[in-house]
Amino acid sequence: MIHIKRLQEDGADVLALIGEIDASSSIELDLAIAKSVGEGFKKILIDCSSLEYISSAGLGVFMSYIEEFKDKHIAMVLFGMNEKVANTFEILGLNELLTIGKDKVQAKKLINEL
Amino acid sequence: MRTKAIIRLLFMVGVITWLALVFTDISIVLSTKSNIKSDIPSWLPNVLLNLFILALYYYYRLKLERDDILNFVDLLWRVFATGLVATVISLAIKLIENLLGSTKLTGYVVFIDLVYLINLGLMIGFLIMAFTAWKRLILYQKSKWLLRLWNFFEWGLLFTLIYNSFDVPFIEPLFISLLVLFVIIGLILSGNMKWVAYLNFRQKWTSLLLLLLTIFYLLYGLFTLNFLIESLKLQTELFTNYKVHIFVISLIIFVTLYSIFSFLVILFNLPTTSVFEQKLEEVVNFQRISQSIQTEQSEESVYNILLETSVSTVFADAAWLEIKSSNSSKLFNYKITDKEAYDIIAHLNSQNVKGVLDQGSDKTRNLSKHLSSLKGSRFRSILAFPIYVKGENIGTLALVKELAEGFNKEMTKIVSTFANQAGISIENFRLMEEALQNERYKEELKIAKTVQKSLLPEMLEQDQDFDIAAFSESADEVGGDYYDTLRINEKQVSLIIADVSGKGTTAAFHMSQMKGIFHSLAQYCIEPDEFMKRANQALIYCLERGSFISATFFIVNTETKKVHYSRAGHCPVLYYHSKDDTSEYFRDKGIALGMVRNKSYGSFIQSYEFNYKPGDIMLLYTDGITEAKNERGEEFGYERLAGILLELKSLLPKQIQEQLIGKLYEFSGSTNINDDYTTMIIKFK
Repeated sequence: MIHIKRLQEDGADVLALIGEIDASSSIELDLAIAKSVGEGFKKILIDCSSLEYISSAGLGVFMSYIEEFKDKHIAMVLFGMNEKVANTFEILGLNELLTIGKDKVQAKKLINEL
Repeated sequence: MRTKAIIRLLFMVGVITWLALVFTDISIVLSTKSNIKSDIPSWLPNVLLNLFILALYYYYRLKLERDDILNFVDLLWRVFATGLVATVISLAIKLIENLLGSTKLTGYVVFIDLVYLINLGLMIGFLIMAFTAWKRLILYQKSKWLLRLWNFFEWGLLFTLIYNSFDVPFIEPLFISLLVLFVIIGLILSGNMKWVAYLNFRQKWTSLLLLLLTIFYLLYGLFTLNFLIESLKLQTELFTNYKVHIFVISLIIFVTLYSIFSFLVILFNLPTTSVFEQKLEEVVNFQRISQSIQTEQSEESVYNILLETSVSTVFADAAWLEIKSSNSSKLFNYKITDKEAYDIIAHLNSQNVKGVLDQGSDKTRNLSKHLSSLKGSRFRSILAFPIYVKGENIGTLALVKELAEGFNKEMTKIVSTFANQAGISIENFRLMEEALQNERYKEELKIAKTVQKSLLPEMLEQDQDFDIAAFSESADEVGGDYYDTLRINEKQVSLIIADVSGKGTTAAFHMSQMKGIFHSLAQYCIEPDEFMKRANQALIYCLERGSFISATFFIVNTETKKVHYSRAGHCPVLYYHSKDDTSEYFRDKGIALGMVRNKSYGSFIQSYEFNYKPGDIMLLYTDGITEAKNERGEEFGYERLAGILLELKSLLPKQIQEQLIGKLYEFSGSTNINDDYTTMIIKFK
């Protein structure tokens, strides 16, 4: 089960993921990101501080946007991951493809540099 | 068979008693005429008449009881037929009398008495038949109270037979009061006309005719009897006069009253018959819609039944059903062309009618007034209803009539009920479809599971330099865990462990691709990083958006005692160093296959190597193991896994694997796994 909260800060769309992302709830994540892109946001921040678990399907969602974001010059930064979630990203090597910040402040700094 | 015999016997008794009555009565009349004192007691004719009545009474009663299934019209028909026979016989006698002319015989008292007795017998037969039939009608849908009253009436009447049987002196007040009592009870009973409501229009007309003729026969019979009595009275006083017979008089009054009442009630019920019939049809139609789900094969059939039933119930001239799917709409029409329907829809849209046709409102509405401005359409009234499935508006039912102001509130209510019921039927239908789909999906999973199992190697590559064991168990939802071995040459063996993202048939499909890639690339003795690059290149075209495969590929060289490997996003290798009795995870860099879909993938992947020593153990696994959860939601985790390996280090790979899986089940607390458990263990010698 996942709950996604959206709010806008300094021109960036902040998606806060609350709960767990598995195969079925990954669809919601996909829809949320697609909506944000559809609304024309160029900066997307993913708040993972309340994300307890993410399965490979959830990671697949982030992965699937990498090229599209590159083409459309959309910057996405994830931040606030707990150790377990961060480990999942690291094992798959997604940390090398995505920009991951420690907290919101750092994430905002990173997104402006991209 | 016994009742049949009894019925015949009763008839015989009736005939015999009647003949005896004729004989005794005539002899009494004769003797009085001749001023001779008769030997026959004067009470005998009365007793015989009563016996005759009793015999007929039970005769008709048993006869009608046997025909349990008679409907109301059949019953009336029987009464009518009896009356007809009686009247025809009576008329025939009259005809003979007329043919004989005014001879001496016709004026002879014995002849008149005979004719009178024949007529009386026929009349009583007719009356009792009618009485028995009316009983059936009155007691249709009886109440306890009604039954009691009827029994009192019937037994009372039979009791008067006893009273009349004896030569009790005629007491007028008693006679009058008894008669009044029976007439009153007869009147009360005559109020029971429930059966009339169940006749349809045609049956009512038939009943009216039959009743009219029955009344006519009654009047004719009474008139004939009266006439005969008058002529008899002129000559003698001592004949069996029915007019002092309470039973016969009460019967005549009751039968006539009920006949007239029934006639009038049916007559006044005629105009409302169609309403009753319509209500009945509604119920039947309603049932049809409810049952359609069990018998019909498709949603389309439900739609067609809805159209048909609603049209026939409200007497509409045509109807259509517009079913909306995600972005298109489909029209089911009934006695109306597509063009006509679309014309009306377009017209109402252009009039900016916010009704149900545009599905912007959920209210059932009579849109007739908007139709009047549409030129060239034959329809003048329209009624539209929304159809809901699971609270979602899936379409609109529109009924049209050529008549202006053709729909009333009542009709609106009925069809709205129909539409609701149809919604439920469709919903049930969809649920059933879903269940079937689920069943199919499960079947598919079973196939996928078999495929997945068959993709895993039956035998692992053996070598003198190491022992190897592998295990894979998948959950109900098939995952895509894969492991394999391939001997490159005498000194080199390649190993792979991989995990395909996603589940089900697609996962099994990607797994088979991975197997193909492994078997074609591994045999060329290429470096592990090169293997990953090529594998990635090959998979770009196979994996859909968001899918990827994590894998670790090894080449074990038994000559140099080195292992070359490359990790593409797969769980880090757990390695046990026998030299210093420690274990560690090889957290090397490398991203999963399919994540970067261009040549730059090469920059994310690297080859690593290490030397192995005897006793070293390499434990490969998929995330199903480290992410296995216990009842408290805790994960099995890396530390626990490493701890177990240290514990089991001295065992052979097969034993390690068995113990590890045993501990895993123990940890998760059930044999129902929710992910795939896959492990491959290599112990060097």
